[in-house]
Amino acid sequence: MQVTSSVRQPLVTGGKTYHDVTHDVSRQVEGKPSLAWFLAFLTAVGTLAIGFIAVAATVWEGIGMWGLNKTVGWAWDITNFVWWVGIGHAGTLISAVLLLFRQKWRTSINRAAEAMTIFAVICAAMFPVLHMGRPWLGAYWALPLPNTFGSLWVNFNSPLLWDVFAISTYFSVSLVFWYIGLIPDFATIRDRATGLRKTIYGALSFGWDGAAKTWMRYESVSLILAGLATPLVLSVHTIVSFDFATSVIPGWHTTIFPPYFVAGAIFSGFAMVLTLMIITRKVFKLEDYITMGHIELMNIVIIITGSIVGIAYITEFFIAWYSGVEAEQYAFINRATGPYWWAYWSMMTCNVISPQLFWFKKIRTSIVATFALSIVVNIGMWFERFVIIVTSLHRDFLPSSWAMFYPSWADVGVYLFTFGLFFTLFFLFAKFFPVINMAEVKSVLKSSSEKAAK
Amino acid sequence: MKENKKTYWKGLEQLNNDPEFVKHADREFPELPSALGEDGSASRRDFLKLMGFSLAAASLAACEAPVRKAIPYVNKPVDVNPSIPNYYASTFTSGGDYASVVVKTREGRPIKIDGNDLSPINKGKVNAIVEASVLSLYDKQRLTGPMAAGQKTDWKTLDAEVKSKLAAAGNVKIVANTILSPSTLESLNLLSEAVGGAEVIMYDPISNYGITKASETYYGAAVLPSYSFDKANTIVSFGADFLGTWISPIEFAGQYAKTRKISKEKPVMSRHYQFESNLSLAGANADYRTPIKASQSGLAVLALYNAIAKKAGAATVSAPAVEIAHLEMAANDLWASKGASLVVSGSNDPNVQVVIHAINELLGNNGVTVDFATPANFRKGDDSKMNQFVSDLKGGRVGGVVFYNCNPVYDFARGAEIAEGIAAAKVSVATNGTLDETASLVQYVAPDHNFLESWNDFEPKLGHFSLSQPTISPLFDTRQAQDSFLTWAGAGVNYYDFLRQNWEAGMFTQTETGGNFQEFWDQALYNGVYKLEKSAEALAPVGDVAAAAAAVGKTYAAASPAAELVIYTKVGIGSGTFANIPWLQEMPDPITKATWDNYLTVSQKWASDNGVTMFEENTQKAQITVNGKSLIVPILIQPGQADGTFGLALGYGRTKAGRVADGVGVNAYDLLDASAGFVNFDITSGVEVAVTGDSYKIARTQTHQTFMGRENVIQEATLAEYKQDASAGRYKPEIYKDGEFIKPSKISLWSGHKYSQHHWGLAIDMNSCIGCSACSVACQVENNVAVVGKQEVLNRREMAWIRIDRYYSSDAPADDLEGMEVASTNPEVTFQPMMCQHCNNAPCETVCPVAATTHSTEGLNQMTYNRCIGTRYCANNCPYKVRRFNWFKYHDNKDFAGVNVAQNSDLGKMVLNPDVTVRARGVMEKCSLCVQRIQAGKLAAKREKRKVQDGDVNVACAVACPTDALVFGDMNDPNSKVSQMLKIEDNSTSALKEVNEERAYHVLEEINVSPNVWYFTKIRNKEKNEA
Repeated sequence: MQVTSSVRQPLVTGGKTYHDVTHDVSRQVEGKPSLAWFLAFLTAVGTLAIGFIAVAATVWEGIGMWGLNKTVGWAWDITNFVWWVGIGHAGTLISAVLLLFRQKWRTSINRAAEAMTIFAVICAAMFPVLHMGRPWLGAYWALPLPNTFGSLWVNFNSPLLWDVFAISTYFSVSLVFWYIGLIPDFATIRDRATGLRKTIYGALSFGWDGAAKTWMRYESVSLILAGLATPLVLSVHTIVSFDFATSVIPGWHTTIFPPYFVAGAIFSGFAMVLTLMIITRKVFKLEDYITMGHIELMNIVIIITGSIVGIAYITEFFIAWYSGVEAEQYAFINRATGPYWWAYWSMMTCNVISPQLFWFKKIRTSIVATFALSIVVNIGMWFERFVIIVTSLHRDFLPSSWAMFYPSWADVGVYLFTFGLFFTLFFLFAKFFPVINMAEVKSVLKSSSEKAAK
Repeated sequence: MKENKKTYWKGLEQLNNDPEFVKHADREFPELPSALGEDGSASRRDFLKLMGFSLAAASLAACEAPVRKAIPYVNKPVDVNPSIPNYYASTFTSGGDYASVVVKTREGRPIKIDGNDLSPINKGKVNAIVEASVLSLYDKQRLTGPMAAGQKTDWKTLDAEVKSKLAAAGNVKIVANTILSPSTLESLNLLSEAVGGAEVIMYDPISNYGITKASETYYGAAVLPSYSFDKANTIVSFGADFLGTWISPIEFAGQYAKTRKISKEKPVMSRHYQFESNLSLAGANADYRTPIKASQSGLAVLALYNAIAKKAGAATVSAPAVEIAHLEMAANDLWASKGASLVVSGSNDPNVQVVIHAINELLGNNGVTVDFATPANFRKGDDSKMNQFVSDLKGGRVGGVVFYNCNPVYDFARGAEIAEGIAAAKVSVATNGTLDETASLVQYVAPDHNFLESWNDFEPKLGHFSLSQPTISPLFDTRQAQDSFLTWAGAGVNYYDFLRQNWEAGMFTQTETGGNFQEFWDQALYNGVYKLEKSAEALAPVGDVAAAAAAVGKTYAAASPAAELVIYTKVGIGSGTFANIPWLQEMPDPITKATWDNYLTVSQKWASDNGVTMFEENTQKAQITVNGKSLIVPILIQPGQADGTFGLALGYGRTKAGRVADGVGVNAYDLLDASAGFVNFDITSGVEVAVTGDSYKIARTQTHQTFMGRENVIQEATLAEYKQDASAGRYKPEIYKDGEFIKPSKISLWSGHKYSQHHWGLAIDMNSCIGCSACSVACQVENNVAVVGKQEVLNRREMAWIRIDRYYSSDAPADDLEGMEVASTNPEVTFQPMMCQHCNNAPCETVCPVAATTHSTEGLNQMTYNRCIGTRYCANNCPYKVRRFNWFKYHDNKDFAGVNVAQNSDLGKMVLNPDVTVRARGVMEKCSLCVQRIQAGKLAAKREKRKVQDGDVNVACAVACPTDALVFGDMNDPNSKVSQMLKIEDNSTSALKEVNEERAYHVLEEINVSPNVWYFTKIRNKEKNEA
């Protein structure tokens, strides 16, 4: 076990004991839902229902319901897809990479971050299916299934197919990792529960007995899964970026995309974790577990990744100029000064300038500022994907085909649908699952709690 | 069929009259027990048995699958083989336009119209309207039977009433567009005799009366000459859009293209000057184009006359001075190519045309490029007679009027007066096939067959005959108009016999080959055309140019400050007769790229003066007032529009054309003026234009007008540069590798394909492409391409597989990206047909997750619709943006039934090409290089146990192209035209062919997608590069 210096800030404040941890987390699960939770949940379900109208219209009438055209074949659909996948990065990063690096501060936030990852990936996965002209076929034709068509097989050259593998692998590993982490906590709740609740949580806890051997296996599995998940953090967004990088379209055909996309994904993922955690800690009164120290550390990650993204933007411009390729140069000048200049400058402001404010300690330790900036960052990251996808496509090689893209109500509706879905799932999770990993927090309590440290 | 006299017996019993057999002979199945007893009575049990059986049988029968509509032939008609097309030679005419055509029928349905190669006039070529006219046969708007007083009636009643009323009416007038058919005229003569003398009045919506009138004045014979652009080294046109709409554009485009094809061996081409107000198709192709005001055009012609007269030593005429750029140069070039030049004018003013005749006379063009010995019968409408008729009709002096397939209420300048006057005639009859603006006002409508259901003959030019024959039996209870005429004349003969008799007595007796008539007739019908060697007398001037010049001097002004309206005809919509064909409505105008609308074209200067800007499709409306008549029209800023002039197209604003065309655009015929004795299309006074401020959207398929100086897209040079260096204007990207610069095609990630059999390729000569868009309509017909309607075009979702990119030049320097988005005031225009490039290294093929788009063994990029899941990744990754996605279900969908008529009703669907799938919603589609035609060609060759030869297979766009700008063929075949054009060095199986033709290039060569479509540089016959 690592030795923690006594001068370090405690990770859990308020002098929590083991019992306090169990009680503070479990009471959310056991108690009656609060009015605030109900209202929030109903809002989420309402958004989901409204968004569903747009989804139904798209599936029933066709992709023509969206604002796409002969020149711009992807816009909000793939923008939203990449955005959600990006958000889904923080969970695995926090739980896997930080686990390997033995960053103990992750323990209070990893559960919620992983849940967020899974829900974000579910939202993301809606788009590759919904954006198909014939989703009822595409949903399974895109898989390499044995079939009766003879030698007909998927096209392994296509980055879209790589996406299918990357996203599904990421989703399965994240889900398993998350669930295994949940098992000891489900057992805790089971042990405190009675009646039907006991049966349900009992089933969910897969017969956890808390024996030393079980704990040992649990630790090993966590480490193995962390090892497996770590490359995925890099691979998923790398592969998503291949959708663009391997194409011929100026503004897409760029080797810088993989690292730039990964950095951007972590950037937006952390911002989303912050947005959610700031609300959760407030609503569930978990300030002692998710402390200012956590928020500050995450803000530092945001400064770093935001700066990487900023450098990537500048590098793209430099390379476009340096390449001497006319179409490439035009694509970038068009981004900054063309009809979509406002999208480009929104992206630059939100992603490159605003995170730099976190250099000021006052700002990075302010809950209000952090909350506001975490939302700004995600707006910026949405624009980043919009800029890459739409402004590259709308004016490519042949000027005769240049066109504008205008979103329709259905574009907005489908995006709302995923918001509704995300928050519905998240609120269900927050109510019925332990939002903080009790077992792991307890493991750091001894070394990091104020009381325990004394 | 011969009478069958043989007798068969059911068996020996019948032959021997066996008593047992005779007893049961009346029963169909004698071996079965009878339901009736021996005495004919039925027992109760039998009755119940039968009842039970019937009940069971009836219920079983009711369970059967629904009746399918595919019913096999009991007696197979001769020549109708399922899936094998039949071709019939026929003829298209409308309003004086003519094309000899070949109609493709499948299972008895006409589905496509191509040009007739045997025709000496249109030489196997068609234009967009002819191509699309096949859909007029399947128009829901067609009348299904005769009408009297707005009610359905039967032919017998109608005939009886019309016959008696016409005979009693007195002063009967027969109004028609130009009638090219000698037999029709003959039948009308009979009708005329029967009703005591009826005058046939011909007019044309797009009148060329000015020329015939001028010929009468100047040469003493009211004829329209044949023009030969192919023999002209210098062509000067004053507002005549001879490539798009003027007189016989298919013929002229073909001739013109011959003078524009250049090669290293023959580096010569004609020089073409155009002086005009609107940017026309001809103007867009001109080497030197000068925008002039319509009010100057007469003086410009006079100035040219004087310049030529000086050189010729002839007397000049007095003319007000006028400053016209390039006119002096044009005069010099004309004089230098004396006897091989041509001056034409689109003006309908007879005085201007007299001066034009005189100029051609001075240049010695009479008899060479202007041929009076073969007078043309196109557009011989007489505006003055028509004017007289309208006045008579209005004045109640017309007893009876028969409108023979014409719609003057809509398409004549004084249509409103005709509409008022019809009621004054005692009897009014129309033979129009639909209840259009005119037919809806008459007492009797005796609907004619569609031209694809009719027999007829034509004489488009003296001695040139052609025939039309039915390609389908009449769909409705219509009757050929000539049959109606003959019936009303009491001639007692049907038109087919009448036609044959005419030919037997006429053409057949004049032929020198002899033989029997049936053979002669069959041959003529098979060929569709027949030529008699006869010519009219050459004409020499008898008139005086000075008088005409003096009149011109008075009418026109050198610098009129007034706003002027030049009413023009669009290539796609023409006079508006075929406006109800959605293929034409959605065909982008070659110049403006606008669909589904007419609009006021304004100059850039006027727009900026009046604060009108256009971004993408957004524009504003204007009110145009011409001598008190006002119309509200959208504004379209048109580079090249002469400042101070406005353009407005005819053919729109139909009110009774049908669901597709009604309410689309405004009717510009209302603004025409016939008061000067001819229909004047150039309105030079009394025009006011005011911006109303209302916003509007014009659906354009291309909203970015310039090519941004991109040499990898458009490569062009002047003729002088080309003579120096055959690769002038070529952009040759090179890549530095291992110490040397190499072609992009030399390095590749790809292992490359091998094409062991065929390697299909397409060569496109941008020098001969005039932008007419016949190819795009041909493609639409051939490949069942959906029409999506105005809103979807606004959404940038038109489905065309082949488009013609039209680029304007810009004056801005290369580093001024924003400046380059703005076209020059008088731009150079380049047309670039763009379709799937069938890349050997296709970017679309690698990205499809389900391998729905793949490469064929013959170099085609092929699309498997039923495998496509519609991710649109291929379209995004297509550098040429030629892929089209089915955003909605366009077939059998009531939302699109109003525009996509060919895929939404049983009648409309008859036009679909059964060899091409109608695409489902959610799949991608694109040009297949007419793979169905390639397959058919290969199968035909296989059946005949031979190799596919060049010409066996041709793509629909290339077949239609009037200028042969598109050449399709097998690049593995050294003898194919495409191989020879491209000068392919080694016709091996390699996908990457070494092409030695210096002008040939790939669009976007540097990305090395290696297309199978090659473009040839655009060469302009200019002294130096300037607009």
